[in-house]
Amino acid sequence: MLSKNQAKLFFLGGTVVFFLIFLVLSAHTLSSGIPKKTHSENVTAEVAAGKVLFDENNCMGCHTILGEGAYYAPELTKVMDRRGEGFVKAVLSSKTPWTTTGRKMVAYDFTEEEVSNLIAFFTWIGQMDLNGFPPEPDLKK
Amino acid sequence: MKYKSQKVAYWFFALSMVLLILQIVYGFIMAFAHAGYDGLHEIIPFNTATATHKNLLVVWLLSGFMGAAYYIIPEESQRELVSVPLAKLQFWALAIVGVVAVAGFHVGWWEGRKFLEIPRFLDYLVVVDILLFLGIIFVTIFKGKEKTTTEMVLAMGLFFAALLYLPGMIWFDNQSVDSFFRWWVVHLWVEGVWELIMGGILAFLLIKLTGVDRELIEKWLYVIVGLTFLSGILGTGHHYYYIGVPEYWLMIGGIFSALEPLAFLGMALFAFAMYRKGEKNHPNKTALYWTLGAAIMSFAGAGLLGIAHTIPSVNMWTHGTLITAMHGHMAFWGAYAMMVFAIISYAMPLMTGRKLYNTAGSSYAFWLSNIGMIGMTTAFATAGVAQVYLERKVGMSFMEAQMAIEVHFWVLIASATLFTIGIIYYVINFFQHGMPTDEALVENID
Ligand code: HEM
Ligand code: HEM
Ligand SMILES: [Fe+2]
Repeated sequence: MLSKNQAKLFFLGGTVVFFLIFLVLSAHTLSSGIPKKTHSENVTAEVAAGKVLFDENNCMGCHTILGEGAYYAPELTKVMDRRGEGFVKAVLSSKTPWTTTGRKMVAYDFTEEEVSNLIAFFTWIGQMDLNGFPPEPDLKK
Repeated sequence: MKYKSQKVAYWFFALSMVLLILQIVYGFIMAFAHAGYDGLHEIIPFNTATATHKNLLVVWLLSGFMGAAYYIIPEESQRELVSVPLAKLQFWALAIVGVVAVAGFHVGWWEGRKFLEIPRFLDYLVVVDILLFLGIIFVTIFKGKEKTTTEMVLAMGLFFAALLYLPGMIWFDNQSVDSFFRWWVVHLWVEGVWELIMGGILAFLLIKLTGVDRELIEKWLYVIVGLTFLSGILGTGHHYYYIGVPEYWLMIGGIFSALEPLAFLGMALFAFAMYRKGEKNHPNKTALYWTLGAAIMSFAGAGLLGIAHTIPSVNMWTHGTLITAMHGHMAFWGAYAMMVFAIISYAMPLMTGRKLYNTAGSSYAFWLSNIGMIGMTTAFATAGVAQVYLERKVGMSFMEAQMAIEVHFWVLIASATLFTIGIIYYVINFFQHGMPTDEALVENID
C-alpha cells in the first residue's frame, strides 16, 4: 500500500510539475497570446481611460463583459455591434435611471469625453478574438 | 480546550456569524431586484449589493479560517499561541478593514473587479493584517513541540492564499490581462489553496471526532491535496476559454478542470471511510454532521455542478449566466461555509464548556439551511437553463429573457427564507454558548 511518504511525494511532485507547466503557458499567453488575440496595439489612451471608468463605477457589478461579472444586466462584449453608438451614448449620458427595458441602470450622467472613452473601450473589446464567444444563437428562426 | 490562547478563535467566529447575516440581507436585496422589486435602487443599487454580498462572503470565510487556525494550531503544535494581544490586534484590524470596505461600497469606493472590489488602499491594510496573522501562526508552529502534517497543510493553505492575493493588486490596461490575473486569485483560491485549508480542518476534525489513527488520516490528506493541485492549477484554464487567450486553453482547461471533482470526491469518500472506521463515539454529533455534510455538499456543489458546465462546448453557452450563480452558491456553501460551521460547532462547546450540541435547534440549523440551499441552487439552475435557452440559443434579447425567468426568483426567495431560518438557528445556538472561559481548560481533550 501507499505509504505516507509516497503520498507526500505525490503531493509535492505533482504540485511542482503542474505549477511549472502553468507558469510556462502563462508566460506564453501574456507575452504573445493575449497581445495578438486582443489587438493590444489598439489599446489607446481613450481605451485605457474607458477601462478606468468601467472599473471605477463597477459596471461589472450588474453587467458581464467577456462573460464575467454579474447577471443583472446585458452582456457588453458585443454591445457596439448590437446597439450602435447612438444608443450607447444615450444610455451613458442619461441624467435619469435608464429603464426602458424594465430594470433601472444607475444614472451616470457621463460627460461627452467620458462617453467617448467608454465607447472606445467597448469598441476595442468588441474586436477581440474570443474563440467564438458569444456564440450565434443556433435555434434562431 | 487545552490551551488558553485558543480562546481567541471565538472573536473570529463571532465576526463570521455577524457578517454572514449581513451577507444574506444583501442576497435578498438582489433576489428581489431580479424578481422585479428594486425599490432600494437609489440607495443600494445592484452593483453595491453584489459587491457587498460577495466580499462579505470572502471576509467571513477568511475570518472563519483564521479562527480555525487559532484554535487548531496550538493544539497541534502543543503550545500556546506566541501572542494573544497581537492576535486580538489582528482581529480588530480585520474587522475594521471589513467594515470600512463594506461602507465604502455604498459610496462608490471600490474597484469593479468581481470578488476583488476592495479598493487598492485597503488592499495594503489587508496585506499587513494577513502578514501579522501569518507571523503569529508560523512562529507558533516553529516554536511548537510537534509539526504535524495537518497543521502544515492548513498553514500552507493560508500562506499561499495570502501570496496569491498579490497578483490581484496589479493594475493592467488590458481587460484580458486584468482578468487573467484576477483568476490567479479567485480560481487558485477556491480550487487550489483554500482546499488545503479545507483539507487541514477536515483532517483535524476527523482525527478528533472519529479517533482514527492520525498517520492514516494524514496520508490520505496528502493524496487529496495532491489531486487538488494536479487538476486545479491547469484547471484555471476553464476561466480562460473566452477572454481573449490562445485556443490551447480550451483543451488544457477542459481536461484538467474535468479532473477537479476527483479531489472533492476523494474528500467525501475519505470522510465517510474514516467515520465508519472510527471506534470513537464522540458526543458532539452536530460537529460530525457538519463535517460529513461539508464533504458531501462540496462534492455536489463544486464537483458535480462544476463539471456540469466546465467542458468548453457547454461553457460556450453557459458562460456568464445564472448557471454560474447556481454552481457558485452550492460550491461555496458546501466546501467553505459548511467547513467553517463544522469547526465552530466542534470548538464552541470546548471553549465555553457549554455542551449545546445535539439540540433541536442545532438539527434545525443543519437541515433547514441545507434544504434551503438545495432549493436555491435549483431555482438558479432552472432560471439559468431557461436563460441559456432563450437568450443564447433562441436569440431573445437579454432583458426579454430576464423578464421571462423572473418567476424563478420567487422560488429563490422562498428557498432562501428556509435557508435563512436555518442560519438564524445556527447563529442563536452560537451566541447561546456565551463567552469562552478558562474554566473550560482540560488536560486531555479530544
Ligand atoms: C438568503 C440567501 C441568499 C440569496 C437570496 C442570494 C442571492 C444572490 C443573488 C441574487 C446573486 C446575484 C446573481 C447575479 O449576479 O445576478 C448572488 C450572488 C452570489 N452569491 Fe448569493 N445569495 C444568498 C446567500 C449566499 C450564500 C450563503 C453564499 C455562499 C455560501 C452566496 C454566494 C454567492 C456568490 C459566490 C455569488 C456570485 C455568483 C456568481 O456571480 O456566479 N450567496 N446571490
Ligand atoms: C469549492 C470549490 C469551488 C467554488 C467555491 C467555486 C465557485 C465558483 C464561482 C463563485 C464562480 C463564478 C466566478 C466568477 O464569475 O467570478 C465559478 C465559476 C466556475 N466554476 Fe467553480 N467553484 C468551485 C469548484 C469548481 C470545480 C471543481 C469546477 C469544475 C469541475 C468548477 C467549474 C467552474 C466553471 C467552469 C466556472 C465558470 C463559469 C462561467 O463560465 O461563467 N468550479 N466557480
Ligand atoms: Fe475555477
